[in-house]
Amino acid sequence: MRIEPVFTKPKHRKGTALRVAVIGGLGLALFVILFFRLWSLQVVTADRYLAEANDNRTREITVRAPRGRILDREGNVLVDNRTSMALELDPLQIPSDAAERRKRFAAIGKVLDRDLRWVRNRYRDELKSNPPGSPITLIRDVDDDIVFYLQENQARYPEVQINRVFVRRYPQGIRAAHLLGSVGEVTAEDLEAERNQDLEPGDTLGKAGVEQTYDDTLRGESGQTRVQVDSLGQVKGELQSKNPVPGNSLKLTLDPDVQSAGEAALTSFGLPGAFVTMDIESGEILGLASNPTIDPSIFTRPLSQADADRLWDEDQGAPMFNRAIGGGYPVGSVYKPITAVAGLDAGAITPSTMIQDNGKIEISDQIFTNAGSQAHGPVDLRRALEVSSDVYFYLLGAEMNGTNKLQHWSREFGIGESTGIDLPGEASGLLPTPDWRNELFAEGETDRPWAIGDNVQLAIGQGDLQADPLQMAVAYAALGNGGMIVKPHMALQAEDSAGRILEEYEPEVSRTIDLDPGARQTILEGLHDAAQAPDGTSYGVFGGFPVPVAGKTGTAERPPNGDQSWYIVLAPYPDPRIVTAVTVEQGGFGSDTAAPIALQILSAYFDKQAKPVSGGSGNFE
Amino acid sequence: MESSRIPRSGSGHRLPRVGLLERAGLRDMDGWLSFSALGLLICSIVTLDQTSAQVVADAPSNFPERQAVYGLVGIVAMIAIARIDYSRFRELRVGIYTFLCASILTIFVFGVTLRGSTQSLELPFFTFQPAELGKLLLILSLAGFVIDGARRGSESQRTLRYLALGLAPTGMVLLQDLGTSLVYGAITIAIMVAAGVRWSHLAAIGMTFVAFAGIVLVLMPMAGAPVLKEYQRERLTSFISPTSDVGGAGYQQNQAKVAAGSGGTTGRGDQATQSRLGFVPARHTDFIFAVVAERYGFVGAALVLSLFALLFWRALRLMTLSKNFYGTLVAAGIASAIMFQVFVNVGMNLGIMPITGIPLPLMSYGGSAIIATFMMIGVLQSIHIESRAGQRGPWIQ
Repeated sequence: MRIEPVFTKPKHRKGTALRVAVIGGLGLALFVILFFRLWSLQVVTADRYLAEANDNRTREITVRAPRGRILDREGNVLVDNRTSMALELDPLQIPSDAAERRKRFAAIGKVLDRDLRWVRNRYRDELKSNPPGSPITLIRDVDDDIVFYLQENQARYPEVQINRVFVRRYPQGIRAAHLLGSVGEVTAEDLEAERNQDLEPGDTLGKAGVEQTYDDTLRGESGQTRVQVDSLGQVKGELQSKNPVPGNSLKLTLDPDVQSAGEAALTSFGLPGAFVTMDIESGEILGLASNPTIDPSIFTRPLSQADADRLWDEDQGAPMFNRAIGGGYPVGSVYKPITAVAGLDAGAITPSTMIQDNGKIEISDQIFTNAGSQAHGPVDLRRALEVSSDVYFYLLGAEMNGTNKLQHWSREFGIGESTGIDLPGEASGLLPTPDWRNELFAEGETDRPWAIGDNVQLAIGQGDLQADPLQMAVAYAALGNGGMIVKPHMALQAEDSAGRILEEYEPEVSRTIDLDPGARQTILEGLHDAAQAPDGTSYGVFGGFPVPVAGKTGTAERPPNGDQSWYIVLAPYPDPRIVTAVTVEQGGFGSDTAAPIALQILSAYFDKQAKPVSGGSGNFE
Repeated sequence: MESSRIPRSGSGHRLPRVGLLERAGLRDMDGWLSFSALGLLICSIVTLDQTSAQVVADAPSNFPERQAVYGLVGIVAMIAIARIDYSRFRELRVGIYTFLCASILTIFVFGVTLRGSTQSLELPFFTFQPAELGKLLLILSLAGFVIDGARRGSESQRTLRYLALGLAPTGMVLLQDLGTSLVYGAITIAIMVAAGVRWSHLAAIGMTFVAFAGIVLVLMPMAGAPVLKEYQRERLTSFISPTSDVGGAGYQQNQAKVAAGSGGTTGRGDQATQSRLGFVPARHTDFIFAVVAERYGFVGAALVLSLFALLFWRALRLMTLSKNFYGTLVAAGIASAIMFQVFVNVGMNLGIMPITGIPLPLMSYGGSAIIATFMMIGVLQSIHIESRAGQRGPWIQ
């Protein structure tokens, strides 16, 4: 039996059901929204958030690899590494609000004993050149007490990181600065290059010299430590790590005796100049320097823009400029052997052709004179080289005008093109040709077309010709080795950090030119006489040198500057192994500055000193 | 009451055994309602237990134990309140309302500042937040005023009266905590909706609110007179552009969203790095749902949401079952308060609502909120018990 309730449910007001439905419907709608959002977040796009979460908890700490060492050919260390404490700012931690940022910079400046402006300018300069997000190196070689202070007060300087970094060290001082080059932090531009794919912001990179050319060898591979961190950035554990691979060492072809002798000799004159000493068969560079030079260690510290500008300042001799491979100079009489080869090939002369040298000559209404208008009398080719008769070669130049023979042989010897040395920044120079000048004239870039005088000037290495010591060394090397145009190179071999040889850099020959042995013979004889016969132009310098050599002076007019002194020497004569080319800006006669420098280099190479000589013809050059 | 009860239908020949629940007066409690509330409390304790296993920084490790104690206190309070006829509260409306306003005001005098806002009283064993209990007090008193004044004044006057009574505590709380005041506002509106206030009046209130929000959030700051506190404004605007402030409020919300999203279908369990390593902010309070979602995935999060849906449905159902209109209004207030908090909090965890500091009822760690919510459930149980009693026989009335 069921007792029916007598009491019925209270009658709610009219419309209550609707109100309940509204509240219920609204609640239902909100639940539907939440369920849908949950589903879309967790089921549809879960992978994306999982990746983000994984990314969140791990930090990759880059462990930088030490860069490989650079050695000379005897294994002396030219460049290695030291560690340095670098103070870096994390740009992500720098407040975007200007007033806040000033406060932070002022606080950091106070620690470093610098003012706000210094910090701000350094930060701004570095920020411009650095790839986005990479740490900004404020200073390197931070003092220990500052390091300790900052580490103890990490919480007060959240934007400051102290990192141990490898910095290049130059145990030999400023030796070979131009060819060693420098390293620097990668720029945004660097990172775009194909070869730099595995680099990241903050890494270092070779910026000049062999550091740049052989960056791949020297670079090494950064290691990575993946650590798990919590939200405060505290390391909770190590996940995995990849050890850094140190860079390989690079052994250069550089001969330490030659290099230091050459640098010392160049410096002793205090004039801008350069020298190259090269093995004529293999193209190995035994020495190469440019004066004024730089201290490569300046690049291990952050460099201000003003300091960087000073390195290129012409008024200070543009120390960064490597004159040995980039200088475009008229070469003067050192060009004469090339003219001689061309003249012999053109049939304009034979080795025995005699020419009366009266000190001057008129060619198409223009007077060309010898240096000091000195008359040499009747000269054949050998004698013309010995006494450096300009008239002889003026005539050759005039004779060959229109035949293109002089330009052909110049080109054969590598004038007007870069040699392909494994150093960045090589110039190609300029070989004047009728086509080149006439084209310029047609374009209105110059006041006159090609004239016979241009060829006459080229015959003695004047006029529009531009060449550097390296090009001239390669040309003379071809003369010495019988026609091989070698490709000069600095790298001998790559070794791993344990000293095992990884790669030997084989000598390369760009091409072989068809050099007549008879012509070569005569020319070398003439050059030998020029250096070591009493009438020779550099007898005063090389006359007493116990090793027979074949060397040519050059004195190039280079208005508005003073005369450019040149000397190129093949040694030993008659079967030369090495060539040395020296040039000195405003150095006067070839025998005044360039030849004495070359003598010191050869003395160091052969380990023999020259005896002083007296007499000689006192020929001008 | 026990002795006077007669057997229920179908079992007329035997007297029923009088069980423990019956003796405690709990037999007529809504089982599903209890089930959902207890289920959520258990979910909360389990989650807190898992996240507290790895302690980050300053978080104390005894969250689950404390939460369990709060839960027990809450359950006792629920049972106690369930045994009271909720209609008594209607008679006490003035006293309740006065107590509500007074307790909120004490904060201004004795308040303790936590996490940028002052809303707690330091008691001997406990930091008490009057505003949490105030939600229930507002519901009970406002519903009472509605019944009481149902025949006084014109409809417009009544609407304004309800609004004024609701907005007074809402305004006072707003000065302390934006999120809680929004709950107060939602309660006020919900009771007005249930009370049958004209739709046109409600629409006018809605439009006024929108205009007011526009002035406060946009015009006043532009005029150089910000009304909201800095942290309040930051939270609200960071929702609009979460990436604008990577280290601040937007970062927190993004981390919570990443945590929830990374949970996937079945969760990451012990691999839940977002919550384990402390990337999820306030993971035991405001962002506990993100922790659940990361650890237990869609399955776990949906279970929690389902328990809330069950709770909401049972509360809603009481609106129609209630023996009187007061019960209907109270049930509407409680259902809406819980629903509003769930939506805003879970929405905030899932990145679709701004950070407003509203805890998730029965889940977020916190004694005041847990106990106050169980007290609300107790009132609902009372409505249920009373409605069952009403159905049983006229003489009980």
